[in-house]
Amino acid sequence: MRQVISVLVRNHPGVLSHVAGLFTRRAYNIESIAAGVTERPEVTRITLVVSGDESVLEQVTKQLRKLIDVIGVIDLKYSQSVTRELILMTIYLPAEKRVELIQVATSFGAAIVDISDQTATLEFSGNERRINTLLMALAPFKIKEMARTGLIALPLESSFGDSREFLA
Amino acid sequence: MSSGMKKGSEIIIDVLQEEGVDVLFGFPGGQVIPLYDALYDCPIRHILTRHEQGAAHAADGYARVTGKVGVCIATSGPGATNLVTGLANAYMDSVPMVAITGQVPTSMIGNDSFQEADIYGISIPITKYNYLVKDIHDLGRVLKEAFYLARTGRPGPVLVDVPRDIQVGQIKYKPITEIYLPSYHPVIKGHPKQIETALKAIREAERPVAYVGGGIISAGATEELQAFIRATNLPITNTLLGKGSFPEDHPLSLGMLGMHGSRYANYSIYNSDLIVALGVRFDDRVAGDVAKFAPRARVIHVDIDPAEIGKRVNVDIPIVGDVKTVLGQLLAKVKPMERKKWLEQINQWKKDHPLTYKKDGGLKPQYILECINTLKKREVIIGTDVGQHQMWAAQFIRTKKPRTFISSGGLGTMGYGFPASIGAQVGCPEKTVILISGDGSFQMNIQELATARCYNIPVKIFIFNNGYLGMVRQWQELFWNKRYSHTHFEFNPDFVKVAEGYEIKGRVVRTTEEVMPAIEAALSVKEPYLIDFRIAPEENVSPMVPPGKGICEILEEC
Repeated sequence: MRQVISVLVRNHPGVLSHVAGLFTRRAYNIESIAAGVTERPEVTRITLVVSGDESVLEQVTKQLRKLIDVIGVIDLKYSQSVTRELILMTIYLPAEKRVELIQVATSFGAAIVDISDQTATLEFSGNERRINTLLMALAPFKIKEMARTGLIALPLESSFGDSREFLA
Repeated sequence: MSSGMKKGSEIIIDVLQEEGVDVLFGFPGGQVIPLYDALYDCPIRHILTRHEQGAAHAADGYARVTGKVGVCIATSGPGATNLVTGLANAYMDSVPMVAITGQVPTSMIGNDSFQEADIYGISIPITKYNYLVKDIHDLGRVLKEAFYLARTGRPGPVLVDVPRDIQVGQIKYKPITEIYLPSYHPVIKGHPKQIETALKAIREAERPVAYVGGGIISAGATEELQAFIRATNLPITNTLLGKGSFPEDHPLSLGMLGMHGSRYANYSIYNSDLIVALGVRFDDRVAGDVAKFAPRARVIHVDIDPAEIGKRVNVDIPIVGDVKTVLGQLLAKVKPMERKKWLEQINQWKKDHPLTYKKDGGLKPQYILECINTLKKREVIIGTDVGQHQMWAAQFIRTKKPRTFISSGGLGTMGYGFPASIGAQVGCPEKTVILISGDGSFQMNIQELATARCYNIPVKIFIFNNGYLGMVRQWQELFWNKRYSHTHFEFNPDFVKVAEGYEIKGRVVRTTEEVMPAIEAALSVKEPYLIDFRIAPEENVSPMVPPGKGICEILEEC
């Protein structure tokens, strides 16, 4: 089971160590972690993707809430939140394949941000499903380097109602 | 100095005094000289231990017997890293402590400077919270928060790392009067609906057992607990850290449960239909195999830490709150209950399977503990180290009052007992502190003999000397085919002579007849005293539930 957890923390040096340290200390599996400031400069939002069985995931949220710096923990259900990840990829690009690449990029809405004699660098953002589909479409190409930001997410306002589950 | 200006070191002293700190345990060093300079003119008592680990354990022992926040000080680098075991120990057992460490000046941090260690990073997983003070304007607030965090909610150790330039810097300082921690709100009161549900479950249960622990003592809830047990007629078993939460000589008491608990405590838990868990955490030394712990029981769990609820066992009726407050809520609504049949069954188990030992075969450790139980007319605090002697003490010492049995539970720290007993004696000078130690554990902080002598801290040191690391030897005997790999001490010092070197009196006891006179001799002097009890070398702790096993899978003979 995977879960996206949005954690609001007090923004100060050391807070990431406390959050990341929790995962090593308690042997939780963390798939991605992304941190950045919010609309309030004193608050940082950390988006975590974690995996484990239900009891482990419940412990993760409880242990996160226990951290002194954690202001709130929200369990973001996939169906009720918007999730995005930014991906940069440099691809080996023989001249004869340029057209094919441009077609793939255009059909996905990925931007080509750099081109050299042998490579092209693509930028794309989307949810997990779209990123995986793009990676499949690019399977014929050899990837030289790749960087991903990890998932960020916000609850969907349109499905706000009672469906958004606040854990803290 | 211009009016209102204060040095960082003076701000630290100010906050310590505001917090009512009357004693510090510490060891100076290069990066805390400014703080020690401020201490030089300050009325707060400072106990100079002979190792920083001793200072940390002493602060811990002091906190456990007084209920106040224990404070220790160490310098940067090795001084700070020597606190690590003490912090981890206090964290595992939820002991309120503040550790202040010196650090290299802020401009030197990260340069691998002399005696630099990242104690902030190191202490993250072993403290409730920690700080590295980088701006002197934060210093007062940070220290106030440290004390607040240490003693509120689920207590624990807090470390404050103070670089040297922060200690010597000067600012206009106004005392901090308000704590603002927007993300820290321990829940105190139990949910009223859950209180009702719990009472109904207790009323309807046929075979309920109360299982209580250190939370009762740290919440100061012993009176409420006793009133609650009287009203509900619940048989009650306690953890190691719960010793003193309920008088162990009371007819409803089952003593300690778990790996070395009494058979009747473990049988009661296993056969129960309702567990009333109060300030406990279902630790693996209590519930080795959670599926075979109380398979037919519903569980009520009261704890101030929501993360403890459901951590190891499924809980049917969770109540998050301060156990003293929650017991008060329960008491307000409880009606007296009878449970004759269940108590009869338990009394039968008590009769059939008493906690006992074979009297022959040399000087028995259990006999020494029984002798200690007979001491009247004085209030005794028992400190223990870790190992067989600790478990014998837990089994055979009848603890009646809170904060009179101090022991390293969660971390199981050999070397804890002696410095912790020193701290306990400093906190309770009017009481008799007896340390039950082993020849292995005692040698892990033996240097504190100097501290005990120097300040005439009259701890009575009882070494249960069997020449073995006895608990590991017992495991090797039972589970490793008697292959006693490196658990036999081929050399041990003459402990009485060692004590003599520190100008501490002592004697060796080899026979049963010598025990009581030796104890009386130790207690008759107002100074530390050491007794080297040469106990039966291969005596085991019994009963025993093997690790990871169900609470009733007790070894037949061990």
